[in-house]
Amino acid sequence: MTSLPPPSAKKLGLVIDLDTCVGCQACVTSCKEWNTQGYSEPLTDTTPYGADASGVWLNRVHGYEVKEQGQDQSRIVHFPRSCLHCETPACVTVCPTGASYKRAEDGIVLVNPETCIGCKLCSWACPYGAREYDVSHGVMKKCTLCVDRIYNENLEVEDRQPACVKACPTGARHFGDLGDADSKVSQLVAERGGYDLLPEMGYKPVNKYLPPRARRDATNQKAEALPKPDGSAFDRLFVWADKLLSGKQATVRASDLDHSSKLEG
Amino acid sequence: MTEPAVDTSPKTWDEIKTTTCYMCACRCGIKVYLKNGTVKYIDGNPNHPVNKGIICGKGAAGIKQHYSPARLSKPLVRVGERGSGEFREIEWEEALRTATMWLSEVRNTDPKKLAFFTGRDQSQGLTGWWAAQFGTPNYAAHGGFCSVNMAAAGLYTFGGSFWEFGEPDWKHTKYFMLFGVAEDHASNPIKKALGKLKAKGAKIISINPIRTGYSAIADEWIGIRPGTDGLFVGALIHELISAQKIDGEYLLRYTNSPWLIVENPGGADDGLFARNAQGSALIWDGHSGTPMPALSPDAEPKLMGRYKLPDGRRVVTSFQLIAERFLTPEWAPEAVSERCGVPVETIKRIAAELARTAFEEQIELDVPWTDHLGRYHEKMLGRPVSMHAMRGISAHANGFQTCRTIHMLQILLGTIDVPGGFRYKPPFPKPPPPGVKPAGKPGQVKPNTPLPGPPLGFVTSPEDLLVDAEGTPQRIDKAYSWDAPLAAHGMMHMVITNAAKKDPYSIEVLFMYMANMSWNSAMNVPDTIKYLTQKEPDGSYTIPKIIYSDAYSSEMVHYADLILPDTTYLERWDCISMLDRPISEADGPADSIRQPVVEPDRDVRPFQTMLLDLGNRLGLPGMTRTDGSPRYPGGYADYIVNHERAPGIGPLAGFRGPNGKAQGRGAPNPEQLQHYIDNGCHWYYELPDHMKYYRHVNWAYLDWATFFGFMGKPEPVIHQLYCEPLQKFRLAAQGHGKIIPPTEHRKRIQDHFDPIPFWYPPFEGEMVSGEEFPMHAVTQRPMAMYHSWGSQNSWLRQILGRNWLYMAREMAAKLRIADGDWVTVTSHHGQIKGQAKLMDGVNPETVWTWNAIGKRSGTWGLQAGADEAKKGFLLNHLISELLPEREGGYRYSNSDPVTGQAAWYDLRVRVEKAADQSAVSEPQFATLKKLRRAK
Repeated sequence: MTSLPPPSAKKLGLVIDLDTCVGCQACVTSCKEWNTQGYSEPLTDTTPYGADASGVWLNRVHGYEVKEQGQDQSRIVHFPRSCLHCETPACVTVCPTGASYKRAEDGIVLVNPETCIGCKLCSWACPYGAREYDVSHGVMKKCTLCVDRIYNENLEVEDRQPACVKACPTGARHFGDLGDADSKVSQLVAERGGYDLLPEMGYKPVNKYLPPRARRDATNQKAEALPKPDGSAFDRLFVWADKLLSGKQATVRASDLDHSSKLEG
Repeated sequence: MTEPAVDTSPKTWDEIKTTTCYMCACRCGIKVYLKNGTVKYIDGNPNHPVNKGIICGKGAAGIKQHYSPARLSKPLVRVGERGSGEFREIEWEEALRTATMWLSEVRNTDPKKLAFFTGRDQSQGLTGWWAAQFGTPNYAAHGGFCSVNMAAAGLYTFGGSFWEFGEPDWKHTKYFMLFGVAEDHASNPIKKALGKLKAKGAKIISINPIRTGYSAIADEWIGIRPGTDGLFVGALIHELISAQKIDGEYLLRYTNSPWLIVENPGGADDGLFARNAQGSALIWDGHSGTPMPALSPDAEPKLMGRYKLPDGRRVVTSFQLIAERFLTPEWAPEAVSERCGVPVETIKRIAAELARTAFEEQIELDVPWTDHLGRYHEKMLGRPVSMHAMRGISAHANGFQTCRTIHMLQILLGTIDVPGGFRYKPPFPKPPPPGVKPAGKPGQVKPNTPLPGPPLGFVTSPEDLLVDAEGTPQRIDKAYSWDAPLAAHGMMHMVITNAAKKDPYSIEVLFMYMANMSWNSAMNVPDTIKYLTQKEPDGSYTIPKIIYSDAYSSEMVHYADLILPDTTYLERWDCISMLDRPISEADGPADSIRQPVVEPDRDVRPFQTMLLDLGNRLGLPGMTRTDGSPRYPGGYADYIVNHERAPGIGPLAGFRGPNGKAQGRGAPNPEQLQHYIDNGCHWYYELPDHMKYYRHVNWAYLDWATFFGFMGKPEPVIHQLYCEPLQKFRLAAQGHGKIIPPTEHRKRIQDHFDPIPFWYPPFEGEMVSGEEFPMHAVTQRPMAMYHSWGSQNSWLRQILGRNWLYMAREMAAKLRIADGDWVTVTSHHGQIKGQAKLMDGVNPETVWTWNAIGKRSGTWGLQAGADEAKKGFLLNHLISELLPEREGGYRYSNSDPVTGQAAWYDLRVRVEKAADQSAVSEPQFATLKKLRRAK
């Protein structure tokens, strides 16, 4: 059993926007390439060029098709999955050697590879499937929030963020201090109704997910229609065209002349 | 308990170098982290105009591409039969001597016997020039099977196009329509923009039979039936014109809508613009009631009407003809709804939303500018509706006309190069079409002589075709013949078939670069392999010599005779040039380079450097000094810096002239590449605000673009809603003019060269039985893969190592197919077997799979039994490169009849539960043996 430190004021974590994630896997491979040479090195691949290739990944993206009630169409949701750096993580408290621990300073949950014995109790305890066992080293590996990037003085300041966040093309991933109510990430969570995964488990994840926004499709939007007066559309078009100014004076344009009322006249 | 010490500032690299990614066609700027000369990490370059620091799933897996076990390592010459995998390793000197011998024989006798096709080449500025120097017209890259019908539709209509040619005004647009699968071009810029659009509340509509990829986050998904986009867009046009929700001022000023067209049925001038003695098209001036030149500043052109010219000719405005077409009931939503699979109410609602956004949410930028006629404008007015389209339009035989229909919608709404609309990327706009014509007419191909011009260009009348007096094609792929008159990117998909059938003639050497033409880039793979190994009665191969250059051991390598191994993208110089397909932003021109960030650890040479060497060995004048020595002894890097296409204009526009201060035009600068490296391997010039929009008619921009060499002269680019060159082909089909098509081609030309956009059903669906083949079958592009390259990548193949056949749940139920069943897919041409997956987000009459995941066993460095070969499959085997026979027995290529674009998505199939439920896809081709490399 490993004990937790007192709750930290600083709670570093990710906010992931399910409204804009297109499932491109940029965060997945960026995570892999940084971490296979960083704190967690290496993230082993087994039979990389054979059948059933598999390997250790600290971040994966899954796609689901969901059909919600009241919606005409199904929706494809891309769901990035990695360690949520819980405030009361069971993966830490079950650890028999103290290898799994939560940092007092910033709340990041790490595994110390020196003391991990690969018993896998932590991966059984984690309901989020966030830990992966590296067969070649016999130790557990997991998201470190790029602890070796975010404080790394050898990197440019703009690069001191998790590899997945820096990579994300749609800007769906955000990194910051969720312990600070004024931080950008906390504000984003407040604005967009960010939520916890499986809150009923009581582990209090630090990472938050932003739900998809309401879609402006036929189900959610007032139907618009173009006016359809009686008579010949062609005749009306001709009358309209005849009234058009050629625009010798460029500053005058049909649009400046109350376009909408004129069009229907 | 004390926490263990963690090193939070490790330095796992000793050097960071910038270069340009090549994991897809996007060409983002990257930073490569190196330790002791080994690549450790790759991320996006924050200062790069394309990606601004982001990177995609492919780009971040570049390490595994660079260190792929599929890399070729030394030149090879074939010693066994083609396909046997038996090669002998040879030295470069022997390889180049062999290639020189083969090629010089051809050049000394008949240069067109060389077919030089370069696949997904990012150096077409060089390769096209090399072909012209060699003297063969038989050159193209992969554009003919990618998207040439769309590129041509745009270039002939408004002097621009999608992808590298232009992009939506992401900052201002409020309504974005995305047509078809779009994940493989401009992928990072689009993803970045989608995130921004979502954040600011712009509406995103996806029109695609399949809801994956970017469609997943769209506000609205239109699950259209494949090949019917033109009907859908035409119905939107019908609605908008009916309600006069179109931008009349824009049409009058910046398009040929008011230009007068001769109405003289049966006459040689019917359908051509009425012109004055100086050749200027005419408009009808409402003020004076007389015809005047189209670009008269004082005229008041009439948008509609029929008139009589003083010489008695009857004329009508272009727009009148357009309105007459699209106002007919056949374009009404009610008439197209069922064929598109889109409800009437949806079409009507979207038309209303477009009109509201364009005209009631008009944007005004306080930026004064002056137009081509010297008219001063206080503001830049914008209509915030924008569009992007890709393969869902291009991969159909009606794609040229469908894409023209989309452009017509954009133009009717007044949205081209206005704030919020669709913006050109310099060097575009160009004249519609650009002025360059293809060389290779009879008499232009001569021994030991360069072509008098480039092999690819833009024809504007039958006189420009590459045919002889009998109408016989002059190119091996039949581009620029009556089969495909506007084939601006060639027709790579027809080269092997035509060469094997000796139609129109036989060739001696097939020379290809990074094009997997025996597998995922070929239609009809089984017969393609047959053609590659086909022999003459004397035992020689029908295609006698095949030279292939690639960095990787693809399926094509086994069928070549001489292999010239290329480097990876991290080991080479390259330029992403304004003379090819640059990386410009809408706000200004940009280009970039690749620099070698690591040295090759194998005996390989960069293809472009090797090609220049070969050119010198062949004595090609552009590559050889008068004393016979090489003009570019420093290889491609030397060429990039010192080659000039016109005085002061070379492959790179930045850092020219003494001190590197000149931009666009300037003397070669020996320090140019160092300047690029110092600037993160790119150059970008942001245009001043008054030159950022309306560039087709923006006086200041047109002047500047002429100085930069983007245009020959500062003339406005008037949008050609009515496309006169098409009418010239129609007139030829009616027997007018000196160059007329052979009788058997006339109906096809007459039917498809309509100068006003229209819709016709994709050919395959018309030629096979709808009852026998009721379903459409198409592919989508996975975001983490680029064609076949991704499957060799040990990280990417863990993400997607095989494909499935996806189909609609309701359709599967009808066919008694359950999720996970193995199914057969049968077309008029062949049958495959794959495993089914069911979903809701797909047009019910459509099945689909991921492109290019299926591999041939034994290739790409993969081990036997790899899922890509065992469970993966290709639709290619079902697609014939030839259409079924027409009357008279002639088989046209399976292509767009206007541009020769390969019609991949016209495929019709039936799907049945397979009798054999074993978990193996079919067909299974014989495992290709590991390359045997005897010394």
